[in-house]
Amino acid sequence: MTAMQPGEQRDEVEMLSLMLLIRRFEERASQQYQAQKIGGFCHLYIGQEAVVAGAVAAVRDDDYVITAYRDHSHALARGTSANACMAELFGKETGCSRGLGGSMHFFNRQNHMYGGHAIVGAHVPLAVGMAFATKYLGEDRVTLCFFGDGAINQGSFHEALNLAALYRLPIVFICENNLFAMGTSVKRSTSVKQIVDRAEGYDIPGEIVDGMNFREVRDKVAEIVDSIRKEPHPAFLEVRTYRYRGHSMSDPASYRTKQELEKYRLDDPITRLRAQLTREGKLTNEQFDLLDKQAKETVLASVKFAESSPQLPIEKLHDYTYVDGAKP
Amino acid sequence: MREITYRQALNEALAEELERDPNVFLMGEEVAEYQGAYKVSQGLLERFGPRRIIDTPISENGFAGLGVGAAMVGLRPIIEFMTFSFSLVAFDQVVNNAPNMFMMSGGQFNIPITFRGPNGPAHQLGATHSHATENFYASVPGLKVCTPATPRDAKGLLKTAVRDNNPVVVLEAELLYSSRGMVEPPDEELLIPLGKAQVKREGSDVSIICYAQTVPLALKVAAQLEEEDISAEIVDLRSIKPLDEKAIFDSVMKTHRVVIVEQDHPFCGVGAEVCYRIQKNIFDELDAPIFRVSQEDVPMPYNERLEKAVLPNADKLIAAVKNVCYA
Repeated sequence: MTAMQPGEQRDEVEMLSLMLLIRRFEERASQQYQAQKIGGFCHLYIGQEAVVAGAVAAVRDDDYVITAYRDHSHALARGTSANACMAELFGKETGCSRGLGGSMHFFNRQNHMYGGHAIVGAHVPLAVGMAFATKYLGEDRVTLCFFGDGAINQGSFHEALNLAALYRLPIVFICENNLFAMGTSVKRSTSVKQIVDRAEGYDIPGEIVDGMNFREVRDKVAEIVDSIRKEPHPAFLEVRTYRYRGHSMSDPASYRTKQELEKYRLDDPITRLRAQLTREGKLTNEQFDLLDKQAKETVLASVKFAESSPQLPIEKLHDYTYVDGAKP
Repeated sequence: MREITYRQALNEALAEELERDPNVFLMGEEVAEYQGAYKVSQGLLERFGPRRIIDTPISENGFAGLGVGAAMVGLRPIIEFMTFSFSLVAFDQVVNNAPNMFMMSGGQFNIPITFRGPNGPAHQLGATHSHATENFYASVPGLKVCTPATPRDAKGLLKTAVRDNNPVVVLEAELLYSSRGMVEPPDEELLIPLGKAQVKREGSDVSIICYAQTVPLALKVAAQLEEEDISAEIVDLRSIKPLDEKAIFDSVMKTHRVVIVEQDHPFCGVGAEVCYRIQKNIFDELDAPIFRVSQEDVPMPYNERLEKAVLPNADKLIAAVKNVCYA
């Protein structure tokens, strides 16, 4: 992806292929997890692809992106290679965090992907700090802070929103509302009728968009980011989406019905963008099949890459505690 | 050299580092307009302006996390906790975010942040406001922890902490803010390395290992012991992590008897680690079991007489010294 100019938009076919890459990556990760090639926890993004793709399509490459633990997608969307992502899941030195972070801690400093954070809500203050630094240094970057609907009842979330509003920081809080915090539905966890109402309590403008619709997400984020670049301020976006899989690999998602899942599958974000592009004559079936084939091949190659990659040598165990190698 | 207070020394350290590096900023509750709850940041707002001296709402978790995020993208925050008892509200940021980032990002993000503020029991503040947090933070890989006891150490260690590329916890001694001591003039750069202890008083019969608020106590006791012909060497750790093993061992190999006086609790306290390292490495140098004087293992009572009974004091320390000297 190249640097965006103001007003410019990323190519939609390119973004569709990103969504395909995320989907195929997650499917393959699921398979490799079941084959016990991947350890720890593993949370899949399948169903939510239009959210990160739409948001990233609306910002510059040097804007900041930070998210929670459902993060493979965000690393891929920020241009991290499937190889580096899969190798991270395999715990290999060639992983995007050298195999030291794992599924929940993907980082890519060069591409402005700031994690991969696994304590619910704890990264929201970090995002505010990144936006603070931007304003402090007089830059015009915008921080995109992604989190789930589970984060909005954590104290850190509330403190962070208040600080962002108080200091007028250039940040978009993007709540990926997939209706469930692990197995607890928003209805059972959240006192307000709709999540976006939380923003009002901090005098932060908030909006709701359909997270199954790439174009709607992209256009809304673009509009917000445009306004923030003119005059720094925080904004809140509740993106309504759905994850097809359980909370993590160990969750059969028995707290929801098959009918509910099927309803969302019919509204699939990839199918929808494909249909939009096909209808407008921008994509043929053959082209789509080719994109999908490429995504599958890229992901398959990433498994081979991860398998054949070395692990960090045990002698380097103590090299990642203090940057100056201090011995406690 | 001239005599200044511990508070002034910290203030000079902040001012000098703010002056030196435009990416350094100070943030916390009441640090700007109020001039600091303990007046450590007095005058800094006027000198450096509201962009760099920043008041926060009472949101320790929020602004500590803000600091970590700002450090991820190139700034060097100094985060003041009004007291380290309040840092417990931000424990997740100090313990789970700042020191873990370097490892879990595979070395992409080190966090050059300083968390500072008063620490340790003060006077009749009750259980919630009397925490000595050094052993909590020292047990976390990735954090460095220092505990200055004198104005000179306070200035030199804080300046070093701000320049360190790792998260550093600077635990100031709440009861020592007004204490005075000799410090180099401002035009002379004063940097004291982390992980270096200092013998504050030479002696030959017993090593009293201390830090922060127990340093003046140990020095007072050493003077008293002198009258009883017991020569105590006072080793001020200055840094808890990294721990200066060499300085500790050098002293023990000279005196062969050890008392550790710490301001935290006995269970998994700083003294336990020091004691372990001595017996593991130089067991044969010991002529007596090591004694520790620490707080009683109870939440801090408000009642003044009971509070005194909880804290290390001269009588407890003298008794411990006499025990190890078989005197």
